[in-house]
Amino acid sequence: MSTQDADSGSAAGTDEQTTTAMDSDATANETVIDISDLTFGYTATPVVEDVSLTIDPGEYVAIVGPNGSGKSTLMQLMLGLLEPDTGTAHLFGERADRFDDGERVGYVAQQASAAKEMPITVREVVKMGRFPHVGFGRLSSEDWAIVDDALATVGMSAFADRRVTQLSGGQRQRAFIARALASEADLLVLDEPTVGVDAESVDAFYDLLAALNAEGITVLLIEHDLGAVVEHADRVVCLNREVYFDGPTDEFVESDALARAFGTEARFLTGVDG
Amino acid sequence: MSAGVAATLMASVLATVDLSLVLPLQSGLGDLVFGVLLWFLEQWYWLMDWVYYFTGLEMLNPRYRFMHRAILVGLCVGVMAPLIGTFLVHRQLALIGDALAHTAFAGVAVGLFLNAVIDLGVSPYLTAVVVAMIAALFIELISEVTDAYNDVSMAIVLSTGFALGTTLISLNAGGLAVGVNQFLFGNLSTVSPQSAAILLALFAVIVGTVAVTRNQLLYVTFDETAAAVSGISVNWYNRVMVMLTAMVVVGAMQIMGVILVAAMLVVPVAGATQVSRSFSESLVVSVVLAELAVLLGIAVAYYGGATAGGVIVLVAVGIYICAVALGKVQSARGEQATPDMGSIEADSADVGTGTGDD
Repeated sequence: MSTQDADSGSAAGTDEQTTTAMDSDATANETVIDISDLTFGYTATPVVEDVSLTIDPGEYVAIVGPNGSGKSTLMQLMLGLLEPDTGTAHLFGERADRFDDGERVGYVAQQASAAKEMPITVREVVKMGRFPHVGFGRLSSEDWAIVDDALATVGMSAFADRRVTQLSGGQRQRAFIARALASEADLLVLDEPTVGVDAESVDAFYDLLAALNAEGITVLLIEHDLGAVVEHADRVVCLNREVYFDGPTDEFVESDALARAFGTEARFLTGVDG
Repeated sequence: MSAGVAATLMASVLATVDLSLVLPLQSGLGDLVFGVLLWFLEQWYWLMDWVYYFTGLEMLNPRYRFMHRAILVGLCVGVMAPLIGTFLVHRQLALIGDALAHTAFAGVAVGLFLNAVIDLGVSPYLTAVVVAMIAALFIELISEVTDAYNDVSMAIVLSTGFALGTTLISLNAGGLAVGVNQFLFGNLSTVSPQSAAILLALFAVIVGTVAVTRNQLLYVTFDETAAAVSGISVNWYNRVMVMLTAMVVVGAMQIMGVILVAAMLVVPVAGATQVSRSFSESLVVSVVLAELAVLLGIAVAYYGGATAGGVIVLVAVGIYICAVALGKVQSARGEQATPDMGSIEADSADVGTGTGDD
């Protein structure tokens, strides 16, 4: 068993080197997400219908839509967590449900999904971001340095040895963002990441996303808060089972897509934003 | 990558079990492994004899070889039960151990039945391992199809296992029912060299598998979705986990019995959760608590003439209550001043790019 461990360890190591070497060329022309004619439903009624869109490297895309519009389902299809009923979903050129190059994708969920009474420190959570890189092996001192850098970036160094269950919602969310950073991904996927995060951290958080995007990382944001989306994203996809709008943020604000997708709720929401 | 390796790993796990079953410890590899384990057992006797001469503890008297074996089995259970239990408890799967123990009882009955009817001569613990692992896979597949572990399907598997066991045993009336108590309640004095060897083999497989896949198991336990996104094949690791649970349950059954075996998976882990801050600390603490319960329990059972399984669980629960109290005290007076939360530094965001120039 130990030989197997060593073998897979070195194999993972070489994989990593080749991907890093390829990155600079590959990210330039490789489509990050490519979805065509995608339809999916948990039952016979489709939750997502006839969706086609592509996301290129370096884009900052937000998917918006009312509750139950299929945003999260679409995200799961993009990440290969669900298989489409018809149509195709590709992630970095591979079929999403067979994609296993996990180190290229960082993921931050709504905080509720991982709130457990498990004894685990902030540093141990961030450490998980390195797992796709180390496989069955141990973290090297270089890996630990990346973990500590990520903690410093989100301002959580002082909390590194705190139990995650003792943190506030905002602090916990920072820890999960640090985990995504530690994975050094080419694509960051965030599912309503600022729910429960205090207001001043939210601004700093979007600045961080913008900085990461400026470094060439593709950012995909699933958001309920239209104000944040309009302010920060370059491109908006408005979804309510079907795509109602897909284009630059400025055009989205001027279009009537919002009203069509959200129905009467839209006026209320835009009222709040303005 | 991980899916492929996990598959090979599973295959090797299956192969280990298969071999010891197909070759009832007579030919080739099975013989060799068994020989090595028995040799190890001899060394253990020797060590225990020395401990006896130094301490004069009556329960370690070399005349009572069965006690030496019981203590060895107890020590192994004290490591592997909380090790697996930690991953189960934090996924709200504490009861799966109970369900698998009851199906393992069906496996014991199958073994006894086959021995009586066709004179197979196989240890009931081996049939128990096989049946419990099949049941474990079955529970896991149900949960994969229905998308949730649910207590209803677990309750059905649990009672089916026990019903099958009692039915098979009643079909075999005449002599068989006599031996069943040992499996239901566990017994220190019936740990044979053969079953001790089986336990050592299970111990090696379990500890080895967890040592190799600890990263993946931790990620899947803490955050299944993020683990799936990061390329870990969640279903494969869930299958590995339930199969390991089946092995632990059968290993611990010898001294704990079917009915109490699940306690070793859960109680020390619950105690460790109260006092630990980090995950690795909680693993170590749960093993320490379990060993304490096992050794104290075996000693009390020996001198008091009680059933070991029951005493071990009572001691473990006592330790758990102490841990809860300690945890309360810790959180009441121990909390350091809240450190200042740093600001999010957008400037140093290059940590995510992987350029590694700093």
